[in-house]
Amino acid sequence: MNGALLTVKNLKVVFHTYRGTVHALDHVNFTVLKNERFGIIGETGCGKSVTSLAIMRLIEQPGEIVEGEIIFDGKDLVKTQENTLNTIRGREISMIFQEPLSSLNPVMKVGFQIGESIARIKNTSIKACKNDIAEVLRAVDLDPDRVANLYPHELSGGMAQRIMIAMALSSKPKLLIADEPTSALDVTIQAQIMNLLDDLVSKMNNTVILITHDLGVAAQFCDKIMIMYAGTAVEQAKTEELFANPLHPYTKGLLKAIPRVGNRDRLTGIPGSVPDLVNPPSGCRFHPRCPNAMKICSSQKPALMEINPGHLVACHLYGDENG
Amino acid sequence: MTLTEKISDFIEKRKPILEDWKHTFFLWKRTKLAIIGTVIVIVFVLVAIIGPFLIPYDPLSQNMSERLQPPSLRHFFGTDQFGRDIFSRVISGAMIEVEIIIIVSIISGGIGLILGVIAGYFGGAIDEILMRATDMFLAFPSLILAMAFAAMLGPSLINTIIAISLVGWTVFARLARAEAMKVKTQPYIEAIKALGASKTRIISIHVTPMCVSPVLVQLTLRMGTVILTAASLGFLGLGVRPPLPEWGAMVSDGRSFLLDQWWISTFPGIAIAIVVLGFNLLGDGLRDIMDPRLRR
Amino acid sequence: MKLGSYILKRSLLMLLVMFGVLAIVFAIVHVIPADPVGALLGGNAPPDVVERMKEQLGLNKPLFDQFVNYVWGVVHGNLGNSIQSGRPVIRDIEEYFPVTLQLSIASIIISIFFGIFLGIFSAIYRNRWIDHFSRIFSILGVSMPVFWTGLILLLIFYYILGWLPGTGQLSLFIIPPEKITGMILVDSLLEGNWEAFWDGLRHLILPAAVLGYAATASIARITRASMLDVLNQDYIRTARAKGMPKRIVIYRHALKNALIPVITIIGLTFGGLLEGAVLTETVFGLPGLGRYIVNALLVLDYPAIMGGTLFIALVYSLVNLSVDLIYAVLDPRMRV
Repeated sequence: MNGALLTVKNLKVVFHTYRGTVHALDHVNFTVLKNERFGIIGETGCGKSVTSLAIMRLIEQPGEIVEGEIIFDGKDLVKTQENTLNTIRGREISMIFQEPLSSLNPVMKVGFQIGESIARIKNTSIKACKNDIAEVLRAVDLDPDRVANLYPHELSGGMAQRIMIAMALSSKPKLLIADEPTSALDVTIQAQIMNLLDDLVSKMNNTVILITHDLGVAAQFCDKIMIMYAGTAVEQAKTEELFANPLHPYTKGLLKAIPRVGNRDRLTGIPGSVPDLVNPPSGCRFHPRCPNAMKICSSQKPALMEINPGHLVACHLYGDENG
Repeated sequence: MTLTEKISDFIEKRKPILEDWKHTFFLWKRTKLAIIGTVIVIVFVLVAIIGPFLIPYDPLSQNMSERLQPPSLRHFFGTDQFGRDIFSRVISGAMIEVEIIIIVSIISGGIGLILGVIAGYFGGAIDEILMRATDMFLAFPSLILAMAFAAMLGPSLINTIIAISLVGWTVFARLARAEAMKVKTQPYIEAIKALGASKTRIISIHVTPMCVSPVLVQLTLRMGTVILTAASLGFLGLGVRPPLPEWGAMVSDGRSFLLDQWWISTFPGIAIAIVVLGFNLLGDGLRDIMDPRLRR
Repeated sequence: MKLGSYILKRSLLMLLVMFGVLAIVFAIVHVIPADPVGALLGGNAPPDVVERMKEQLGLNKPLFDQFVNYVWGVVHGNLGNSIQSGRPVIRDIEEYFPVTLQLSIASIIISIFFGIFLGIFSAIYRNRWIDHFSRIFSILGVSMPVFWTGLILLLIFYYILGWLPGTGQLSLFIIPPEKITGMILVDSLLEGNWEAFWDGLRHLILPAAVLGYAATASIARITRASMLDVLNQDYIRTARAKGMPKRIVIYRHALKNALIPVITIIGLTFGGLLEGAVLTETVFGLPGLGRYIVNALLVLDYPAIMGGTLFIALVYSLVNLSVDLIYAVLDPRMRV
């Protein structure tokens, strides 16, 4: 495909726990185009974080990638050696995480942690990168003289996340993965951070994968959105298309559950609860909770198919070969 | 309510606790080390209680014609310089160790619990005084302090128990204090106070029970140390004295015969090692089970 | 809180505690025994001898006066005279402590080196054979009584195999070095006396290994647990996401964090070393402070008991204070 930066094909990830094998990701497929802002939305436990860690090849025992390809810039990351992966991580693909304060090393000064990445790329000492560190800090609206010598426990959540963003973008990566960057922050800070990301990404033209459970944030930031449920991708579409014309029953349920200003009706949730991934439901994983479930849904898994241009759904209600 | 209704009601109310216990048992079964440790400890206690009735020889009776015999079918562990059967002495010695563990635990755990709860609950000057007192006791390596107490009191079983208890209470006091401080800030304590409960009632019925559990766990973890301390005192001649068959004293007895009659010192030492190992395995397993991160 | 004020606060606290230690030591020796002199002289001593002894030891004065005198003495470096040796206790300590110090230092070096090494590799290669070996080794180490291990090793390596020398610090025919520090290995080095150094070293291996075994086990356990804990933390994930190679992640990012609880354990194990030294010196016949105190306790040599115990408490407290300070330097969160 033209302009595709990342293509994930048939990705299957499991975790071997004492309770049994957790089928975390079940044949996930998606493509992210260059300079695109791709959002992955789903509830807790749906596998969005696992997807991002798989892309970074940071899945460790007891987890493993059982099947699938992760094609980044022409290379299949699943088959790439660790040494090469280390030249991709932090340089071509960068990641920021949900809990910024615990994601920074408590015994190292913040400036040092930023400088570490820069120094590695420029192949010099950290001391020589003082100016670069300062520049990067200013880019996230932090005063280098005040902040560079602080320890993480002396920072607020918002400041810490800015540091993480600075660290991630300092290498001008091709792909930035942001795993729930604002979920642990106050609402007002959330807006600040998302605006900052918006600014920086526009300027640097990175490709972004934004992972979140917040539909509102995704609507504002992303060009294309993928909805995940219980380890599978259920729907993918451009943002406007998805919100205007949701196809999958789960997506419809999610959108209905958002409270609307001025509307005083009772909130509608989706009945039932997220399935146990050690024994996932047969066929379509959503069928036990689906208001439109048919007989075929419990026996056969629906494939992800393009129903309208650019709009893919995995649901037996649409585009079935059987009619 | 009929009897059956009363019983099922009783069980219903206790269900969450039962679930918790079931889960603990499930985790315990999966931890091989904890099982091995528990088995060792159970065997140890059984040997201590029943052993003296089953041993072939009287642990105290001397028989000079049989002195310094190597291990054989007649004397499993051999005999010492007085002709006493080492196997019987080791078995009888188990009871001594059990007595020491139990009484030391009760005394040091009790003192520590009470002082700790009082200090933690009342805070302020009382707390400061207790903390400094524990600091002072903890400024000594514990064996050395126990040695000093034991020597001054005079070597004997009772004095060994007293000496070890006097040194061990500090750990439990600190634990109980920390728990009491946590419990003190709980909303339900405020509620009970508002209902007019007296301080004594609050402390004894509401605060102390919450502190018992960590103290109990720590007591189990430290039982191995208690045995080692008692054996060390016995070895040095400051603890339980011969002819009582305390294992540490027995190791010391065999020192001058080490070269040719190695069995006199070796077997009591193995007994100490196995029992302490059992307690350590049990304690480790217990600690792993109690770790909230592993309790899924 | 700045580092300087933290140090000051802790040092003042230590002084207060030492005063309490003085009180405890005094209480143990003077308050507990019902009749100190009677115990010392035996039950049948004639009364005038008893009276004279009492006066000599200052035991006929009221308790409070005795305590004040004692404290006054201690502050001026006077710990009384040993009843056994007749010498000032301070001189005894001066002679015997370096032996204990040498033994402790040798043990601590062995145990820190092997312990941390075993612990790190146990954590990295979790549940492989080195981990299982290390865990069994460790749990045995804290379970076997030190005095018994010493006897068994002596039996095997000296009596049976003859590989290593037996008890004592030096063999009979070796000329000991001039006493500068009191530590045989150091003094021999300073003098260039290689024979004594080598012989002393061979005599030190067994006791240091025995004493260090339990400490190695402790340190290995805590290093493993701490390392595993740290390797699970978010910031390690960040470091890997930045593309840091595994070696740098372990040694630069993980180790410093993992060593923090290890440092505390090292302080605690030093206390264990002092206790173990008492037993090890007895088993191996080393003329150290531990054996001195044991002998003093057995013959009820009060000034020696008080002086020896006090000194050990002081050393132990200083070590713990240093550990706390190192902790504060390593972990900026601790300077509260």
